Amino acid sequence: MAKLKLKTHVINREWCKGCGICVHFCPKKVLELDEFEKVVAARPQDCICCKLCELRCPDLAIEVQTEQD
Amino acid sequence: MGGELRFVQGNETCVEAALYAGLDFFAGYPITPSTEIAELMSSRLPQRGGRFLQMEDEIASICAIIGASLTGSKVMTATSGPGFSLMQEGLGYAIMAEIPCVIVDVQRGGPSTGLPTKVSQGDINQARWGIHGDHAIVALTASNHQDVFSITVDAFNFSETYRTPVILLFDEVIGHMRERLEVPEPGEIHLVERLKTSVREGVDYHPYLQREDGRLPMSDFGGVHRYNVTGLFHDMWGFPSENPRVVHELMRHLMDKIENHVDKMTRYREYFVEDAEVLLVSYGSSARSSLHMVTDRRQHGEKVGLLELQTLWPFPSALVREKARNAEYVVVVEMNMGQVLQSVKASVERPERVFLANRVDGTLITPIDIRNILRLIQGKGV
Amino acid sequence: MAVRDYIRERFFPHIWCPGCGHGIVLNGLVRAVDHLGLKKNDIVMVSGIGCSSRIAGYLDFHTLHTIHGRALAFAIGVKMSRPDLTLLVPMGDGDALSIGGNHFIHACRRNIDMTAIVMNNRVYGMTGGQFSPLSGHGTMATTAPYSNIDQEFDVVTLATAAGATFVARATAYHVQQLPDILEEAIRHKGFSVVEVMTPCPTYFGRKNKEGSVVKMMDNLKTGTTPIGSKAKQENPSLIERGIFVKKEMPEYCAEYQKIIERAMKGM
Repeated sequence: MAKLKLKTHVINREWCKGCGICVHFCPKKVLELDEFEKVVAARPQDCICCKLCELRCPDLAIEVQTEQD
Repeated sequence: MGGELRFVQGNETCVEAALYAGLDFFAGYPITPSTEIAELMSSRLPQRGGRFLQMEDEIASICAIIGASLTGSKVMTATSGPGFSLMQEGLGYAIMAEIPCVIVDVQRGGPSTGLPTKVSQGDINQARWGIHGDHAIVALTASNHQDVFSITVDAFNFSETYRTPVILLFDEVIGHMRERLEVPEPGEIHLVERLKTSVREGVDYHPYLQREDGRLPMSDFGGVHRYNVTGLFHDMWGFPSENPRVVHELMRHLMDKIENHVDKMTRYREYFVEDAEVLLVSYGSSARSSLHMVTDRRQHGEKVGLLELQTLWPFPSALVREKARNAEYVVVVEMNMGQVLQSVKASVERPERVFLANRVDGTLITPIDIRNILRLIQGKGV
Repeated sequence: MAVRDYIRERFFPHIWCPGCGHGIVLNGLVRAVDHLGLKKNDIVMVSGIGCSSRIAGYLDFHTLHTIHGRALAFAIGVKMSRPDLTLLVPMGDGDALSIGGNHFIHACRRNIDMTAIVMNNRVYGMTGGQFSPLSGHGTMATTAPYSNIDQEFDVVTLATAAGATFVARATAYHVQQLPDILEEAIRHKGFSVVEVMTPCPTYFGRKNKEGSVVKMMDNLKTGTTPIGSKAKQENPSLIERGIFVKKEMPEYCAEYQKIIERAMKGM
């Protein structure tokens, strides 16, 4: 399979409850919680599109969109 | 009438009537004195492609029939007192979620394990108030097999019409007694089928939005409309709501849809009521003894009459008040400590003239018992 | 895939606490259903009572939110009437195995085709943190202030002994396996049990000083191991995950269909 290329992280700030699971378990430390305790993609250039954040989000608040999607 | 003649138990009659009404699904758990209903269902239902399930207990039984009803099936369970106690939670759910189903309680002596093989009519008020929370309920009974048949069909019809559970309160004597039954021909008794929604696929369907007549057309689970069913107070889409207005309106609807149709649901028989100075009010097997006593005393010129109730809930207060108007005494004949007595007293103009003739020892009250009690009431001695 | 195709978006954000593992189960389940290509009209979800039960309201299937512990009994009624439908029965640990324990073992025994998902967070969350039959000896709870003396069930062992023909364990941490296991469970023709270990940071975590949900997720990672792994031999306290049982047995609805055929022939 071709290597996935990131288009964008679609983050639903209304749904995010700031639990921090995605931030902690991101293998490339792409994500951070902002001053409102909402997730943001601080280093999108490091994203390897593993989508673990999307799968692990209890609030369905993250979608990793790739060029291949 | 012109159907097949049978010599059967009341429990068997109930089965025949349920099948006549179009029963598709039965789930139950063995318990005396209702077990014959489950046994017969296990044999008869699959013969017509229906389904019988013996569940792990009565709780599961009522839950299973509610689940089956949601797919569009006509459903029933049968039990007796202890099992009926276990079913209360599921019964409340069916009331709240407005799921048609029929629950048979062949009454035996209670409380607790009580008198498993003996007759009683002690569950009348449990049928009314066994579940928690305000609600209205439909409970029917009968005293002879021909009436057991028709009232069972009525139970299904009311259940479908009002989207509500209906309780059939038989008793051990009716359930086990054998007598003649003339099975009605197909089409002889009108059957009410499930009111299905006419809302087409892709159009918003509101499972709990009443029509003008108060009825709720259903969409089967597995059909084109996906919706939510819950035991929580809910909005017209079936989703939980704590909005005071939504809660109030649902409570009113659940009460009104039953209480405003008492007339349509009232079934009764009357014997020599017109000029009766003493009016007996009875139901189920005790009404048989009452009728015997009344016909006997009429031959001796005594002005005794009988009002036999078949609809116990919603209580036909107006009917009882009307029939009792000219009676000097009203005697409620029942095999409990006075459960229908209370409703009769609350209905009539002169409650102080209402008396109880009962037996609570597991033995059928006899015509002589009733006569003796009546003589005591009249101050004549036994 | 579009998660939004399967959820009732108007009810989001959902009521679960920050970090609640139930949302991860919801997430994984949607992916399993999507991958299976099931039509939403063919899925009936039946839930009980508790935090877990709320999952039904969030999914755009035919959803039946029932009473505490009884979800399987309702589901059996639905399935027997419409064997063609796919039944998903998410339950909490107290829901499935305390108040619903009897229904659970009998559903296993019957081998009726449906998927029971035990969302095991080891606590009664909706009522505020009481111990459940899966909390375990020595845990703390609002009803075990001096520590819990109740031993816990092992869901996998219990379901296996009761006769379930598909038994698996997954966790909210192992999110790549979770949809795969759920998918295989749904595909299995018979009664499937999937225990999903999920964190309840609000009650279980706080009472048992497990730290943040991140720490609890870490515990799921380090405290579990694939079935039959070498790690398990070295450290028997590790909890195994994966598919424990997968066997063919007569399925209940299919068996009943044979009864109907026999009855119709008068045999």
